[in-house]
Amino acid sequence: MSEPWEEEGPGTVKKFMYVNRKAPYGTIYALESLEVVLIAAAFEQDVSMAFLDDGVYQLKKGQDTKGIGQKNFSPTYRALEGYDVEKLYVEAESLAERGLSEDDLLVPVEVMSREALAELMNEQEVILSF
Amino acid sequence: MSMLHTVNKSPFERNTLVSCLGHATAGSAILLIEDGVYGALEGTAHSDLLRGALADHSVYVLGPDLNARGMTDDQVIEGVSVVDYGGFVDLTEKHEKVQAWL
Amino acid sequence: MPIEANGKVYETDEEGYLADLNDWNPDLAAAMAKADGADLDENHWEVINFLREYYEEYQIAPAVRVLTKAIGKKLGPDKGNSKYLYELFPYGPAKQACKYAGLPKPTGCV
Repeated sequence: MSEPWEEEGPGTVKKFMYVNRKAPYGTIYALESLEVVLIAAAFEQDVSMAFLDDGVYQLKKGQDTKGIGQKNFSPTYRALEGYDVEKLYVEAESLAERGLSEDDLLVPVEVMSREALAELMNEQEVILSF
Repeated sequence: MSMLHTVNKSPFERNTLVSCLGHATAGSAILLIEDGVYGALEGTAHSDLLRGALADHSVYVLGPDLNARGMTDDQVIEGVSVVDYGGFVDLTEKHEKVQAWL
Repeated sequence: MPIEANGKVYETDEEGYLADLNDWNPDLAAAMAKADGADLDENHWEVINFLREYYEEYQIAPAVRVLTKAIGKKLGPDKGNSKYLYELFPYGPAKQACKYAGLPKPTGCV
Protein backbone atom coordinates (compact mmCIF):
# COMPACT_ATOMS: atom_id res chain seq x y z
CA MET A 1 0.00 0.00 0.00
CA SER A 2 1.48 3.34 -0.95
CA GLU A 3 0.57 6.56 0.80
CA PRO A 4 -0.94 9.32 -1.33
CA TRP A 5 2.14 11.52 -0.94
CA GLU A 6 4.51 8.91 -2.26
CA GLU A 7 5.16 9.72 -5.88
CA GLU A 8 5.34 7.07 -8.51
CA GLY A 9 8.17 7.44 -10.98
CA PRO A 10 7.41 8.00 -14.64
CA GLY A 11 7.06 4.96 -16.87
CA THR A 12 8.36 5.26 -20.40
CA VAL A 13 9.10 8.88 -21.24
CA LYS A 14 7.95 9.91 -24.70
CA LYS A 15 8.47 13.08 -26.67
CA PHE A 16 5.14 14.90 -26.89
CA MET A 17 4.61 18.02 -28.92
CA TYR A 18 1.48 20.16 -28.75
CA VAL A 19 1.10 22.10 -31.96
CA ASN A 20 -0.87 25.32 -31.57
CA ARG A 21 -2.12 26.96 -34.76
CA LYS A 22 -5.21 28.90 -33.70
CA ALA A 23 -5.75 32.39 -32.37
CA PRO A 24 -7.17 32.69 -28.85
CA TYR A 25 -10.84 33.56 -28.05
CA GLY A 26 -12.31 33.20 -31.57
CA THR A 27 -12.33 29.42 -31.13
CA ILE A 28 -11.86 27.11 -28.15
CA TYR A 29 -8.71 25.39 -29.47
CA ALA A 30 -6.10 27.53 -27.68
CA LEU A 31 -7.71 27.12 -24.27
CA GLU A 32 -8.34 23.41 -24.81
CA SER A 33 -4.71 22.85 -25.72
CA LEU A 34 -3.52 24.69 -22.65
CA GLU A 35 -5.79 22.65 -20.39
CA VAL A 36 -4.68 19.37 -21.93
CA VAL A 37 -1.02 20.35 -21.52
CA LEU A 38 -1.57 21.19 -17.84
CA ILE A 39 -3.34 17.91 -17.17
CA ALA A 40 -0.83 15.83 -19.13
CA ALA A 41 2.07 17.53 -17.32
CA ALA A 42 1.29 15.24 -14.37
CA PHE A 43 2.46 12.26 -16.44
CA GLU A 44 6.03 13.54 -16.57
CA GLN A 45 6.61 13.15 -20.27
CA ASP A 46 9.04 15.12 -22.42
CA VAL A 47 6.60 17.85 -23.40
CA SER A 48 7.06 20.76 -25.76
CA MET A 49 4.65 23.27 -27.25
CA ALA A 50 4.99 24.73 -30.72
CA PHE A 51 3.27 27.94 -31.73
CA LEU A 52 2.87 28.62 -35.42
CA ASP A 53 0.44 30.30 -37.82
CA ASP A 54 -2.24 32.14 -35.80
CA GLY A 55 -1.12 30.16 -32.75
CA VAL A 56 1.59 32.77 -32.15
CA TYR A 57 -1.21 35.21 -31.26
CA GLN A 58 -1.88 33.12 -28.13
CA LEU A 59 1.32 34.47 -26.62
CA LYS A 60 0.74 38.13 -27.48
CA LYS A 61 1.40 40.45 -24.56
CA GLY A 62 -1.24 42.80 -23.22
CA GLN A 63 -4.40 40.73 -23.71
CA ASP A 64 -7.34 42.39 -22.01
CA THR A 65 -10.64 40.53 -22.31
CA LYS A 66 -12.80 42.68 -20.04
CA GLY A 67 -14.62 44.04 -23.07
CA ILE A 68 -15.62 40.66 -24.50
CA GLY A 69 -16.67 38.92 -21.28
CA GLN A 70 -14.34 35.95 -21.74
CA LYS A 71 -11.68 34.80 -19.34
CA ASN A 72 -8.19 36.07 -20.15
CA PHE A 73 -6.17 32.86 -20.00
CA SER A 74 -2.93 34.37 -21.24
CA PRO A 75 -1.41 34.61 -17.70
CA THR A 76 -1.64 30.81 -17.54
CA TYR A 77 1.14 30.46 -20.13
CA ARG A 78 3.43 31.89 -17.46
CA ALA A 79 2.47 29.03 -15.13
CA LEU A 80 3.77 26.40 -17.57
CA GLU A 81 7.28 26.66 -16.20
CA GLY A 82 6.01 25.56 -12.77
CA TYR A 83 4.49 22.52 -14.50
CA ASP A 84 7.93 21.73 -15.98
CA VAL A 85 6.73 22.61 -19.47
CA GLU A 86 9.68 24.71 -20.47
CA LYS A 87 10.11 24.04 -24.16
CA LEU A 88 8.06 26.62 -25.99
CA TYR A 89 8.93 26.98 -29.67
CA VAL A 90 7.67 29.81 -31.84
CA GLU A 91 8.01 29.82 -35.61
CA ALA A 92 9.90 32.87 -36.88
CA GLU A 93 8.04 33.04 -40.20
CA SER A 94 4.67 33.07 -38.46
CA LEU A 95 5.77 35.97 -36.26
CA ALA A 96 7.15 37.92 -39.23
CA GLU A 97 3.98 37.51 -41.34
CA ARG A 98 2.05 39.05 -38.47
CA GLY A 99 4.43 41.92 -37.86
CA LEU A 100 5.33 40.50 -34.46
CA SER A 101 8.68 39.98 -32.76
CA GLU A 102 9.87 38.05 -29.74
CA ASP A 103 9.42 41.22 -27.63
CA ASP A 104 5.67 41.02 -28.26
CA LEU A 105 5.41 37.68 -26.45
CA LEU A 106 4.49 37.25 -22.80
CA VAL A 107 6.74 34.29 -21.95
CA PRO A 108 10.33 33.40 -22.79
CA VAL A 109 10.35 31.22 -25.91
CA GLU A 110 12.74 29.83 -28.46
CA VAL A 111 12.11 31.39 -31.85
CA MET A 112 13.10 29.10 -34.69
CA SER A 113 12.77 28.83 -38.45
CA ARG A 114 10.04 26.81 -40.12
CA GLU A 115 12.73 24.41 -41.30
CA ALA A 116 14.11 23.85 -37.80
CA LEU A 117 10.61 23.40 -36.41
CA ALA A 118 9.84 20.84 -39.10
CA GLU A 119 12.92 18.89 -38.03
CA LEU A 120 11.80 19.05 -34.43
CA MET A 121 8.33 17.77 -35.36
CA ASN A 122 9.99 14.82 -37.07
CA GLU A 123 11.73 13.87 -33.84
CA GLN A 124 8.50 13.64 -31.83
CA GLU A 125 6.82 10.40 -30.85
CA VAL A 126 3.41 11.95 -30.30
CA ILE A 127 2.07 15.13 -31.90
CA LEU A 128 -1.19 16.65 -30.73
CA SER A 129 -2.62 19.30 -32.97
CA PHE A 130 -4.85 22.16 -31.86
CA MET B 1 -29.31 50.07 -50.66
CA SER B 2 -26.50 49.97 -48.14
CA MET B 3 -24.92 46.87 -46.75
CA LEU B 4 -22.81 46.23 -43.68
CA HIS B 5 -20.46 43.27 -44.05
CA THR B 6 -19.03 41.60 -40.96
CA VAL B 7 -15.94 39.39 -41.05
CA ASN B 8 -15.06 37.25 -38.03
CA LYS B 9 -12.20 35.05 -39.28
CA SER B 10 -8.48 35.71 -39.35
CA PRO B 11 -7.22 36.48 -42.86
CA PHE B 12 -4.29 34.16 -42.15
CA GLU B 13 -6.54 31.20 -41.55
CA ARG B 14 -9.48 31.62 -43.93
CA ASN B 15 -10.21 33.45 -47.14
CA THR B 16 -13.26 35.09 -45.56
CA LEU B 17 -11.90 38.63 -45.82
CA VAL B 18 -10.77 38.12 -49.44
CA SER B 19 -14.16 36.74 -50.36
CA CYS B 20 -15.97 39.54 -48.56
CA LEU B 21 -13.91 42.21 -50.31
CA GLY B 22 -14.50 40.51 -53.63
CA HIS B 23 -18.24 40.75 -53.19
CA ALA B 24 -18.70 43.98 -51.28
CA THR B 25 -19.93 46.65 -53.68
CA ALA B 26 -18.54 50.18 -53.56
CA GLY B 27 -19.93 52.22 -50.71
CA SER B 28 -20.73 49.29 -48.46
CA ALA B 29 -19.24 49.18 -44.99
CA ILE B 30 -17.02 46.47 -43.54
CA LEU B 31 -16.74 45.65 -39.86
CA LEU B 32 -14.05 43.29 -38.56
CA ILE B 33 -14.94 41.38 -35.39
CA GLU B 34 -13.61 38.45 -33.32
CA ASP B 35 -10.60 36.85 -35.08
CA GLY B 36 -11.40 39.08 -38.05
CA VAL B 37 -9.71 41.97 -36.23
CA TYR B 38 -6.29 40.59 -37.17
CA GLY B 39 -7.09 41.77 -40.70
CA ALA B 40 -7.15 45.38 -39.51
CA LEU B 41 -3.58 45.46 -38.25
CA GLU B 42 -0.72 47.40 -39.77
CA GLY B 43 2.51 45.66 -40.69
CA THR B 44 1.21 42.16 -41.41
CA ALA B 45 1.38 40.09 -44.61
CA HIS B 46 -2.31 40.92 -45.22
CA SER B 47 -2.29 44.64 -44.40
CA ASP B 48 -2.36 45.62 -48.09
CA LEU B 49 -5.57 43.71 -48.59
CA LEU B 50 -7.52 45.93 -46.28
CA ARG B 51 -5.64 49.10 -47.17
CA GLY B 52 -6.78 48.55 -50.74
CA ALA B 53 -10.38 48.28 -49.61
CA LEU B 54 -10.34 51.69 -47.94
CA ALA B 55 -10.74 53.46 -51.29
CA ASP B 56 -14.25 52.06 -51.85
CA HIS B 57 -15.41 51.18 -48.36
CA SER B 58 -15.63 52.52 -44.89
CA VAL B 59 -13.90 49.99 -42.66
CA TYR B 60 -14.43 49.45 -38.94
CA VAL B 61 -12.91 47.18 -36.33
CA LEU B 62 -14.40 46.20 -32.97
CA GLY B 63 -12.21 47.60 -30.17
CA PRO B 64 -13.05 45.07 -27.43
CA ASP B 65 -12.02 42.22 -29.75
CA LEU B 66 -8.77 44.03 -30.56
CA ASN B 67 -7.92 44.60 -26.90
CA ALA B 68 -8.76 41.01 -25.94
CA ARG B 69 -6.10 39.91 -28.42
CA GLY B 70 -3.46 42.21 -27.00
CA MET B 71 -3.73 44.81 -29.76
CA THR B 72 -4.23 48.55 -29.36
CA ASP B 73 -5.99 51.15 -31.50
CA ASP B 74 -2.69 52.58 -32.75
CA GLN B 75 -1.75 49.25 -34.36
CA VAL B 76 -4.70 49.52 -36.72
CA ILE B 77 -4.23 50.54 -40.39
CA GLU B 78 -4.73 54.26 -40.89
CA GLY B 79 -8.24 55.01 -42.11
CA VAL B 80 -9.85 52.11 -40.24
CA SER B 81 -12.15 53.27 -37.43
CA VAL B 82 -12.20 51.52 -34.07
CA VAL B 83 -15.73 51.15 -32.66
CA ASP B 84 -17.16 49.77 -29.42
CA TYR B 85 -20.32 47.66 -29.07
CA GLY B 86 -22.42 50.83 -29.18
CA GLY B 87 -20.76 51.68 -32.48
CA PHE B 88 -21.51 48.17 -33.73
CA VAL B 89 -25.19 48.68 -32.97
CA ASP B 90 -25.15 52.11 -34.65
CA LEU B 91 -23.65 50.57 -37.77
CA THR B 92 -26.31 47.88 -37.97
CA GLU B 93 -29.01 50.54 -37.59
CA LYS B 94 -27.45 52.79 -40.20
CA HIS B 95 -27.36 50.09 -42.83
CA GLU B 96 -30.38 48.36 -44.30
CA LYS B 97 -28.85 44.91 -44.22
CA VAL B 98 -26.07 42.99 -42.58
CA GLN B 99 -24.16 40.27 -44.36
CA ALA B 100 -22.12 38.13 -42.00
CA TRP B 101 -19.14 36.43 -43.64
CA LEU B 102 -18.36 33.41 -41.52
CA MET C 1 -25.34 22.58 -2.50
CA PRO C 2 -25.29 26.18 -1.30
CA ILE C 3 -23.17 27.12 1.70
CA GLU C 4 -24.09 29.61 4.40
CA ALA C 5 -21.77 32.11 6.10
CA ASN C 6 -22.65 35.24 8.07
CA GLY C 7 -26.31 34.71 7.30
CA LYS C 8 -25.70 34.82 3.56
CA VAL C 9 -26.14 31.89 1.21
CA TYR C 10 -23.59 31.26 -1.53
CA GLU C 11 -23.96 29.07 -4.60
CA THR C 12 -21.54 26.21 -5.12
CA ASP C 13 -21.22 23.46 -7.69
CA GLU C 14 -22.15 19.84 -6.89
CA GLU C 15 -18.72 19.20 -5.35
CA GLY C 16 -18.91 22.23 -3.09
CA TYR C 17 -16.67 24.60 -5.05
CA LEU C 18 -17.77 28.20 -4.93
CA ALA C 19 -19.68 29.22 -8.05
CA ASP C 20 -18.37 32.79 -8.10
CA LEU C 21 -14.78 33.40 -7.08
CA ASN C 22 -15.63 37.00 -6.22
CA ASP C 23 -18.02 35.88 -3.48
CA TRP C 24 -15.14 34.58 -1.40
CA ASN C 25 -14.37 35.81 2.11
CA PRO C 26 -12.51 34.25 5.06
CA ASP C 27 -15.73 33.44 6.94
CA LEU C 28 -16.91 31.47 3.95
CA ALA C 29 -13.69 29.44 3.97
CA ALA C 30 -14.18 28.71 7.67
CA ALA C 31 -17.79 27.65 7.03
CA MET C 32 -16.71 25.28 4.26
CA ALA C 33 -14.08 23.76 6.53
CA LYS C 34 -16.59 23.36 9.34
CA ALA C 35 -18.95 21.52 7.00
CA ASP C 36 -16.06 19.08 6.40
CA GLY C 37 -15.47 18.80 10.17
CA ALA C 38 -12.23 20.79 10.06
CA ASP C 39 -10.97 23.89 11.88
CA LEU C 40 -8.63 26.25 10.08
CA ASP C 41 -5.45 27.33 11.86
CA GLU C 42 -2.71 29.68 10.65
CA ASN C 43 -1.00 26.89 8.71
CA HIS C 44 -4.18 26.28 6.72
CA TRP C 45 -4.57 30.00 6.09
CA GLU C 46 -1.02 30.22 4.82
CA VAL C 47 -1.82 27.69 2.10
CA ILE C 48 -5.24 29.15 1.34
CA ASN C 49 -3.79 32.62 0.92
CA PHE C 50 -0.98 31.25 -1.18
CA LEU C 51 -3.52 29.62 -3.51
CA ARG C 52 -5.47 32.84 -3.88
CA GLU C 53 -2.30 34.67 -4.85
CA TYR C 54 -1.36 31.92 -7.29
CA TYR C 55 -4.75 32.12 -8.93
CA GLU C 56 -4.56 35.89 -9.12
CA GLU C 57 -1.25 35.62 -10.96
CA TYR C 58 -1.83 32.66 -13.27
CA GLN C 59 -5.64 32.36 -13.50
CA ILE C 60 -5.60 28.66 -12.66
CA ALA C 61 -5.64 26.51 -9.55
CA PRO C 62 -2.35 24.61 -9.45
CA ALA C 63 -2.05 20.82 -9.56
CA VAL C 64 -0.90 19.34 -6.25
CA ARG C 65 2.63 18.67 -7.49
CA VAL C 66 2.96 22.27 -8.64
CA LEU C 67 1.46 23.59 -5.42
CA THR C 68 3.88 21.55 -3.32
CA LYS C 69 6.88 22.81 -5.26
CA ALA C 70 5.72 26.43 -5.17
CA ILE C 71 4.98 26.29 -1.43
CA GLY C 72 8.47 24.91 -0.87
CA LYS C 73 9.95 27.77 -2.81
CA LYS C 74 8.04 30.35 -0.80
CA LEU C 75 7.70 28.86 2.68
CA GLY C 76 10.60 26.43 2.87
CA PRO C 77 11.09 22.66 2.50
CA ASP C 78 9.44 21.75 5.83
CA LYS C 79 6.15 23.03 4.36
CA GLY C 80 6.79 22.33 0.71
CA ASN C 81 6.29 18.59 0.96
CA SER C 82 3.32 16.36 0.34
CA LYS C 83 3.23 14.87 3.82
CA TYR C 84 2.84 18.26 5.52
CA LEU C 85 0.19 19.39 3.03
CA TYR C 86 -1.78 16.13 3.28
CA GLU C 87 -1.81 16.42 7.05
CA LEU C 88 -3.28 19.90 6.76
CA PHE C 89 -5.73 18.94 4.02
CA PRO C 90 -6.41 15.20 4.21
CA TYR C 91 -8.87 15.25 1.29
CA GLY C 92 -6.00 16.26 -0.99
CA PRO C 93 -4.13 19.53 -0.59
CA ALA C 94 -4.92 21.08 -3.94
CA LYS C 95 -8.52 19.91 -4.01
CA GLN C 96 -9.53 20.74 -0.46
CA ALA C 97 -7.49 23.91 -0.04
CA CYS C 98 -8.67 25.23 -3.41
CA LYS C 99 -12.23 24.71 -2.32
CA TYR C 100 -11.71 26.74 0.86
CA ALA C 101 -9.87 29.39 -1.18
CA GLY C 102 -12.94 29.76 -3.39
CA LEU C 103 -11.08 28.59 -6.50
CA PRO C 104 -12.32 26.16 -9.12
CA LYS C 105 -11.23 22.55 -8.84
CA PRO C 106 -7.62 22.35 -10.01
CA THR C 107 -6.90 21.22 -13.54
CA GLY C 108 -5.54 17.69 -13.31
CA CYS C 109 -5.82 17.71 -9.54
CA VAL C 110 -5.49 15.19 -6.75
